Amino acid sequence: MGLMAQLALRKDVVVDKWFARVVDTYPAETARFLRSQKDPFANPVGRTTHQQLGTLVALLDADWNPDTARSALDPIMRIRAVQDFSAARATGFVFDLKQVIRGLMKSPDDARWIGDLKQLDRLIDEMALISFDLFMGCREKVYELKANEMKDRTYKAFAKAGLIKEVDDE
Amino acid sequence: MADETPKPQELLDRIAYQPPAKHWMDVPVNIRKGMYCYASNPKSVEYLSMPNARPWNPLEDDWQLPENWQQILHEGFKERLEKFRSIKVFMDICVRCGACADKCHFFIGTGDPKNMPVLRAELLRSVYRNDFTALGKVLGRLNGARPMTLDVLKEWWYYLFQCTECRRCSLFCPYGIDTAEITIFGRELLNLLGLNIDWVATPVANCYRTGNHLGIQPHAFKDMLDFFVDDIEEITGLRCEQTFNEKGADILFITPSGDVFADPGTYTCMGYMMLFHYLKEKYGLKVTWSTYASEGGNFGFFTSHETMKRLNAKMYLEARRLGVKWILGGECGHMWRVINQYMDTMNGPADFLETPVNPITGTVYQNAASTKMVHISEFTADLIRHGKLELDPSRNDNKIITFHDSCNPARGMGMFEEPRYVIKSVANHFYEMPANTIREQTFCCGSGAGLNAGENMELRMAGGLPRANAVKYVHETFGVNMLACVCAIDRAALPASMEYWVPEVDVTGVTELVANALILPGEQERTMDLRSEPLPGMEEADE
Ligand code: SF4
Ligand code: SF4
Repeated sequence: MGLMAQLALRKDVVVDKWFARVVDTYPAETARFLRSQKDPFANPVGRTTHQQLGTLVALLDADWNPDTARSALDPIMRIRAVQDFSAARATGFVFDLKQVIRGLMKSPDDARWIGDLKQLDRLIDEMALISFDLFMGCREKVYELKANEMKDRTYKAFAKAGLIKEVDDE
Repeated sequence: MADETPKPQELLDRIAYQPPAKHWMDVPVNIRKGMYCYASNPKSVEYLSMPNARPWNPLEDDWQLPENWQQILHEGFKERLEKFRSIKVFMDICVRCGACADKCHFFIGTGDPKNMPVLRAELLRSVYRNDFTALGKVLGRLNGARPMTLDVLKEWWYYLFQCTECRRCSLFCPYGIDTAEITIFGRELLNLLGLNIDWVATPVANCYRTGNHLGIQPHAFKDMLDFFVDDIEEITGLRCEQTFNEKGADILFITPSGDVFADPGTYTCMGYMMLFHYLKEKYGLKVTWSTYASEGGNFGFFTSHETMKRLNAKMYLEARRLGVKWILGGECGHMWRVINQYMDTMNGPADFLETPVNPITGTVYQNAASTKMVHISEFTADLIRHGKLELDPSRNDNKIITFHDSCNPARGMGMFEEPRYVIKSVANHFYEMPANTIREQTFCCGSGAGLNAGENMELRMAGGLPRANAVKYVHETFGVNMLACVCAIDRAALPASMEYWVPEVDVTGVTELVANALILPGEQERTMDLRSEPLPGMEEADE
């Protein structure tokens, strides 16, 4: 059985171990909450993260599809992009999956795994690059929202009512 | 969020970074861009004759405090402990059980433990123990006490302006401790040192001077409504003229100025105008607007009790001047908390007004017997219930609606059924969000209590996550595309939150939906809704 197929059998363990690492990027009190509260509406950060990590792990064994990876990473990055993380810390958790998988293998250095691990690392690197793009996209969105906030709402209403005189209205 | 590009070694350090477990008092406050609002403009502080007006910057070490600032705070604390028994009780009785800890949208969204309500309150309690309890004086930190230092003050400021005073946490406290009240109290103390945010201070000054938060003068206020009259005419063929400052009108109508000047509140405003026109034509009801009391919102509430009182008084003075019978209030959030919980003790009883009676249905609003102020949803629900409005709900058929209970009407006045009844009467597609995110347990929009500025967008998005997450669920499950609410801050803040978290969902006021469905006497065949978008089935006619 290839490495990917073996991983698929232990998917839940992989996801839980990976999730534990992501959760540990938060302060200890927060991590405890993110782990223990199982209601998705009381704990959107924890449950969203857990669910999407599951999708990503499943993707390793299925046909790799960057669009599926993107839509699984999007909700996680959307959250981390507005929390207290630098770009590196926000996206760094993706690489942790390499350690998680190696940690579960009896002999990760065995020559027969070289090919599979290489392939796996490549997919994980691709996930990391996608999350970096997503992180940047979210940051841009936040800045766009900041810039448009006043203009879009109040200004538009005034302009519509003809209460704003533009220079070229002369 | 990193605002400067980090060096490689820093990057490596950060990747391996796992925050160390530390006692909260040992974690220094880090004032982070995107999480705080700009400091108050000295002109606004001065206009209100509040202390220590000067330019200052939260990111600088020196906050330009008066020399004896510790003494001012200590005395302010002492004075208020004597004045507000609730505060004294809240300081003493918390057993730190943690039931409130994970109930705050800011903790849930930011993941910052200092946003746990219990820790937010501990900010003040730790100083209280040090200054006012014998045990705290003797045992110091062992008893959770600490002296007031500049770092502690900065921590107060940073976290008291990361609380929207929404009261969700208080719902879960077995002792009924209301952390929102603690924040209100803490902000009042900060104002003794001139430590307000500008998004609160300037609207308050504007409101005090001109009558509304944006500082819109009476003629511009009227111009704006006149413009809506033209807009409504295009949609209905009718001119829904309004009256202003009319002495002897039956009812004075007051709504947040956001409805008059900011999209999408403007559509709700058009909705009010169409409803009043309908009631005048059909039943002869005379409703007037005031260009002086042109603000229902009260950012004074986010400053100090005294400031709240000053701004609230204006509405009642205007009602007295005009000689109306009672006041009808628009779709606002905190206005209703001020009215329901504070108005009577501050400026009441308003016994020069009458106990509100709906002259069309005969309903007596006993709940407003003292404040004399009725919520537009209570009023509309009553009209619908008595069959007094002719409605065509199919005009809202392209809207799949859910309802966000705004914190203040929900937890501050207990209004849950009326807006739902109204929505279900004027529209055919309505779905609730999950039970632990609505009614009493509703999640804040993340931008209340004066925090709906632009510069703190990260805070707003993180705080808005629990609400948006529930909206996302009904969007994905039922195809919900419209988030209805009865609060002007919601209408200003939720569009940004939706754009970030669930871009397929738009935001509307409830009265906008009412006016879409309302069949005005003598109207032309309608092809457009209030946003000038084609009505369902009229997409062709639009082309
Ligand atoms: S009042 Fe609301 S924002 Fe403030 S601590 Fe409680 S839950 Fe959080
Ligand atoms: S729920 Fe009440 S008693 Fe318990 S920690 Fe929170 S404020 Fe204190």
